[in-house]
Amino acid sequence: MATAPRFWRENPSRYNLVGVECHNCGRHFFPPRSICPVCHRKSVGKMEKVKLKGEGKIFSLTEVQESPEEISMQKPYVLAMVELVEGARVSGQVIDCDACDLEIGTPVRVTLRKLSEEGPSGIIHYGYKFVPLKEKAP
Amino acid sequence: MRRVAVIGIGDTEFGELWDSSFREIGIQAGLIAVADANISADKIDALFVGNMSAGRFIEQEHIGALIADYSGLARDHIPATRVEAAGASGGLALRQGFQAVASGLHDIVVVGGAEKMTDVSDTESSMIQSSAADQEWETVLGATFPALHALIARRHMHQFGTTREQLADVAVKNHKNGSLNPKAQFQREITRETVLSSPVVSSPLRVFDCAPSSDGAAAVVLCPLDQAKKYTDMPIEIAGSGQASDTLSLHDRKDICTMEATRVAAKRAFDMAGISHKDIDVAEVHDNFTISEILAIEDLGFFNKGEGGKATEAGLTALEGQVAVNTSGGLKARGDPIGATGLAQAVEIVTQLRGTAGKRQVKDATIGLAHNVGGTGATVVVHVLRRV
Amino acid sequence: MEVGIVSYGAYVPRYRITPEEIGKVWGVDGKSMSKGLMISCKSVPSPEEDTITISVEAARNMMRRCEVNPKDIGAIYVGSESHPYAVKPSGTIVAEAIEAAPHLTVADFEFACKAGTAAIQTCMGLVGSGMIKYGVAIGADTSQGAPGDALEYSASAGGAAFLIGAEKTIATIDHTYSYTTDTPDFWRREGQMYPRHGGRFTGEPAYFKHVISGAKGLLERTNTTAKDYTYAVFHQPNGKFPTRVAKQLGFADLQLTTGLLAPTIGNTYSGAVPLGLAAILDEAKPGDRIFAVAYGSGAGSDAFAITVTNEIDSYPRHKAPSVKDLNSNLKFLDYATYAKFRGKIMLGSE
Repeated sequence: MATAPRFWRENPSRYNLVGVECHNCGRHFFPPRSICPVCHRKSVGKMEKVKLKGEGKIFSLTEVQESPEEISMQKPYVLAMVELVEGARVSGQVIDCDACDLEIGTPVRVTLRKLSEEGPSGIIHYGYKFVPLKEKAP
Repeated sequence: MRRVAVIGIGDTEFGELWDSSFREIGIQAGLIAVADANISADKIDALFVGNMSAGRFIEQEHIGALIADYSGLARDHIPATRVEAAGASGGLALRQGFQAVASGLHDIVVVGGAEKMTDVSDTESSMIQSSAADQEWETVLGATFPALHALIARRHMHQFGTTREQLADVAVKNHKNGSLNPKAQFQREITRETVLSSPVVSSPLRVFDCAPSSDGAAAVVLCPLDQAKKYTDMPIEIAGSGQASDTLSLHDRKDICTMEATRVAAKRAFDMAGISHKDIDVAEVHDNFTISEILAIEDLGFFNKGEGGKATEAGLTALEGQVAVNTSGGLKARGDPIGATGLAQAVEIVTQLRGTAGKRQVKDATIGLAHNVGGTGATVVVHVLRRV
Repeated sequence: MEVGIVSYGAYVPRYRITPEEIGKVWGVDGKSMSKGLMISCKSVPSPEEDTITISVEAARNMMRRCEVNPKDIGAIYVGSESHPYAVKPSGTIVAEAIEAAPHLTVADFEFACKAGTAAIQTCMGLVGSGMIKYGVAIGADTSQGAPGDALEYSASAGGAAFLIGAEKTIATIDHTYSYTTDTPDFWRREGQMYPRHGGRFTGEPAYFKHVISGAKGLLERTNTTAKDYTYAVFHQPNGKFPTRVAKQLGFADLQLTTGLLAPTIGNTYSGAVPLGLAAILDEAKPGDRIFAVAYGSGAGSDAFAITVTNEIDSYPRHKAPSVKDLNSNLKFLDYATYAKFRGKIMLGSE
């Protein structure tokens, strides 16, 4: 079982979707990386950490019926690939909704939930999940 | 660069091999291959072993030395190297062996691949397979390996109108081929109904869309083509070898319905062989999920993007089709002992090109292809094999 | 310096279960239970929710409604009797999640159902003394009732967060008064999954004595009567107790309705008065006066006299969900699913 630091060091991105922006081309990436895959060497030193807004649309989705043991209590859950407004894509659960109400293109917003816990005495991991964004009435 | 030939092949049965340990399985395939190549142990210059995760499946690392040792080669002190690229470990080991012979560094090289998956629980096995994806930014968030492929499937259905039935047709075809392969894990034909009524794993994918967990090993013996006739009447040339990588996470790909690494690796292999996809008679592609085969047959160029499902439904990938795909039964029916899979593909293609595939023989097979994928496409290895 | 509420945010899980559904399992007449408690359903946290996630939701909703720089927050206190960790603060995760870390003080509070209001008082002191600019006080719980116990019909989940400060307050906290004795009416020992309680002893000598003493103490000290207030909110272990206490103190139903959430949400413990207060702020107008009394077993009460300011008119309440919004989009559970969600089912281990 992993020790606490492996998870802990990623908390800024897990809690607050901290990614990076390449100041050479303006592209956003999540999680942070130190080299832009488009600009290569020109991006070194120009990758700045930014908090992504956490809003986006479902790019693809699936309802997971067979899950890792430590999250089996959450089954079945919806896993989606979310395209954020900044352009980066992330994988995460979509919660507090019925799977049948979701489709490709459904707008979602980030929230924070328990991801998993290391048994009854271990660390509890928290991180991002998504909830469907209710369309505001015009 | 020297031309390289396969002069010997060997594989074990694939399945739940309760009686056999990892090392037993590993050497068994090698012994068959060495016997097939008609060489003695002292001729072997080097050993490469494809293995994804013995460290987690059997808590054993240092697999190169282990296999060399139990192959009785410890006193010969041959170089023995373990190669890892998740699901593409076997294909990549083959490429390492190919490079070693082509470069002139070694003459006779044995390349094996092995995995022992059933010494851990099913859930543990799934977890280990998921480690081919991005543990920190996919798995931790609940993205299991089937779930990631389900995302691809859902998107492919959305974008191209691929149907649930067409996905099922991949499994039906591969089970049919598996029924003709005495070494396949599943030798039973199934119907669309079998697939469509099996339990959902991660929608839209069901149990029968997924390759099983398997124990097994496969091996080939390589030597320079110009020496091959010393050992066999029927050498098969590795005419092209291509490898490509891509982002570890699926979500970082521009287009999740295309495995760019497949296209690039295939182009590299085709260019080296001086052929095009049209020349391929028989292909073993990485169908760890039914959707994976649809992507593969599109990205390898056999069919236009988006038409893989239709082509499968129309029987164009069947034994007598336009290009025979996964004649062994594929990962789906032959089984998928991860590290062994890339070698098992090569063994099947060599068998086809030798014309010894029995009931599943593709008529006049001259050029074949093996397509091996790691993770959701972060590593792809493509080999083109040719009768000489 | 007029210390008060600068912003607030609420959160209630979407899942609900009815007393009828619970009663069905235990051979209890759920309908009369529902009527007796004045609870039509109670909220249930999903397996991926706990006091920390509820606190984060509430705190983020609070931050959505104001322009305050999170780095100006000098203290975060999370009051709860269901902190996920016995040792390791809930508040640190909230602090990181709203980007208030690291230059602040954080602690978790516990005083049964009034830990959240104790947190408000602490923030008032720190802001009032000039030690900090802003403090965050959160009351949140995912309270547990043992299977079959009377508490199971009411113990629910939810919480609210308040940004306490002295500038641009949407409501000033004019006065607070607490009344505390050692009265063991309800407790949970270290390491125990479910609390125990003194049955009818939780009523007169505990809830009623402390709430009424706290309320009267505040009315006397502020020289006010029930009629001076637009709204009143009392700790609500059910719908019945606060209604009775309100009547005894001379408050009318109309003053009570807005902040009375137990009938549709249940007893959110440390979240109860904070959520009631949030529901009131959702509709309050400048000049409205709010009377609030929280109760915590063990036992004590915290009473507050609050006045809504003109700031509320320009305060963007719409930027986060109201308590009414949180009480919609509901999903009702059967007992089996509820038991699974609440970890009441023993699982086989490897």
